[in-house]
Amino acid sequence: MSGLSGLYQEIILDQARARHGDGPLDHADAEHHEFNPTCGDELTMRIRLDDSHARIAELAWQGDGCSISMASASTLAELATGRDVDEVRELIDGFRAMLRSQGQGEPDEELLGDAIAFHGVSKYVMRVKCAMLGWVALEACLTEAGSPTHPAVE
Amino acid sequence: MSDLRRDFPAFDRASGGSTPTAYLDSAATSQRPRQVLDAEREYLEHHLAPVHRGASAAVGHSTTLFEDARATVARFVGAGEREIVWTENATDAINMVSLGIADASAGLGGASARSLALEPGDEIVITEAEHHANLIPWQRLAAKTGARLRAVRVDGHGLWSIDDLAAELGDRTRIVAVAEVSNVTGYLAPVADVVSLAHARGARVVLDACQSVPHRPTDFGAMGVDFAAFSGHKMLGPNGIGVLYGREELLDVLPPARTGGSTITRVTLETAEFLPSPHRFEAGTQPVSQAVALAEAVRYLEAIGMDAIARHESELAARIVEGVSALPGVRIIGPGVGVERAGLVAVSVDGVHAHDVGQFLDEAGIIVRVGHHCAQPLHRALGITASTRASAHVYTTDDEVDRFVDALAGVRGFFGVSDAPAAAVIA
Ligand SMILES: Cc1ncc(COP(=O)(O)O)c(C=O)c1O
Repeated sequence: MSGLSGLYQEIILDQARARHGDGPLDHADAEHHEFNPTCGDELTMRIRLDDSHARIAELAWQGDGCSISMASASTLAELATGRDVDEVRELIDGFRAMLRSQGQGEPDEELLGDAIAFHGVSKYVMRVKCAMLGWVALEACLTEAGSPTHPAVE
Repeated sequence: MSDLRRDFPAFDRASGGSTPTAYLDSAATSQRPRQVLDAEREYLEHHLAPVHRGASAAVGHSTTLFEDARATVARFVGAGEREIVWTENATDAINMVSLGIADASAGLGGASARSLALEPGDEIVITEAEHHANLIPWQRLAAKTGARLRAVRVDGHGLWSIDDLAAELGDRTRIVAVAEVSNVTGYLAPVADVVSLAHARGARVVLDACQSVPHRPTDFGAMGVDFAAFSGHKMLGPNGIGVLYGREELLDVLPPARTGGSTITRVTLETAEFLPSPHRFEAGTQPVSQAVALAEAVRYLEAIGMDAIARHESELAARIVEGVSALPGVRIIGPGVGVERAGLVAVSVDGVHAHDVGQFLDEAGIIVRVGHHCAQPLHRALGITASTRASAHVYTTDDEVDRFVDALAGVRGFFGVSDAPAAAVIA
């Protein structure tokens, strides 16, 4: 089962149980709901930006889904909270690129941090959407909150 | 039945068959025997010509093969030849009925179609367990006509009762649409009771026979249903072909949902008159090689015998149910131990999402279906978003289902939820 342990690395199973960032958020600047119709996974992402609108002051999500989608939302919460919006956009772009790699190449650990644990998911086409769930929701939140520099992607 | 596995190239590792070890997803799509694949190729290599168009001997021969295929399928399900309409699949067949009734309700089809028309306040009854293919077309029909859609609710196991169905029927009930076999619970609907209750109210019965026709003897005529639908690809036959069954006198007046070439008698610039069934529904060039191959699939199934197939699958289902019911933290959706059910079993594993279960089984070479199986309302009623389904066909072996049960036993340990939490409870 080496393939399986490549997909479900210990850190992923731990994150799925830990669910960092799971909970409500009052006074959110943006909120976005994502739904994966093939498996029924769903997630609502909420963020609050700081006064300059350049930094994610708070991030919280609520959702229900497989261990991959829950673990990736948990990892994202740890990585994105308190970070500059521009950096987070880069992080999301890098994460998406890694998941589209079909297992090729070496992920950029400096950019992605703990999220490199999801590199193995890129070999499983049917699971890429699970891993992207929270990240796509955050991307939509950033667009909604009107972060100035980047247009919406996808 | 294990000898017949040799007929299926997908199971033949020696000749490069691609299907790994345990294929338990036949309810989604079945594998095809060489005989069916050969019949399609034989038609394409030696008999390909348009049907019902032109006057050459080749057209005549091709048309004969096409119509013989219809006769074979008709006999197989207890129908007359004019009661079998080719469609793309079962979904398409159900839509032909709902769209035709919408047309009738809008006044198309004239006086003869009026008996099918719905009026505001009329009622369509379905169950909460239906596949989306037997739900959404009725939602749309209700929205177009002002009819009301009523749903028979399921219990904590995903099952509905005939008493609850009877309670939903009333003087305004015009259509009752149910699956003969649920693609999630494996429940066998009491079709005879549904028909007599519905007919007593003057309502028509539409039977989703997708999961029954491929697996058990069928006689639509004797059952008395008004319309029925099934798909070729679930009965060892090809993709791209399905069947709408309808009683002749209904099909002759149901307005055709799709119109165009081949469906007509007399056409002017302003009007068209339509042929009787089945050709009034078969607009445009038809799936001829698929029809020929589907007839071959029918002959293949008949040679084994539908009673024998039903018995085989019922034994496999019992074997899965027994095995799974001994596993802690794994719940069976649908009938439990000792209750007759179709050869498919969906389960929910406490604390582990169905996608994770499926991934774990996939790695062990066991192909199952995970997700909501196009039955979101049913899953919602059970308080879950997705489940894991193993399904059998004539070629499925004891060994395959044992491997499913054995692998399932390891799932909770792998995901670290060995001690029973209360998540994902099915009452
Ligand atoms: C009960 C039931 N109804 C309808 C369908 C739809 O069949 P198809 O996709 O071939 O149209 C299916 C198959 O998934 C089914 O299981």
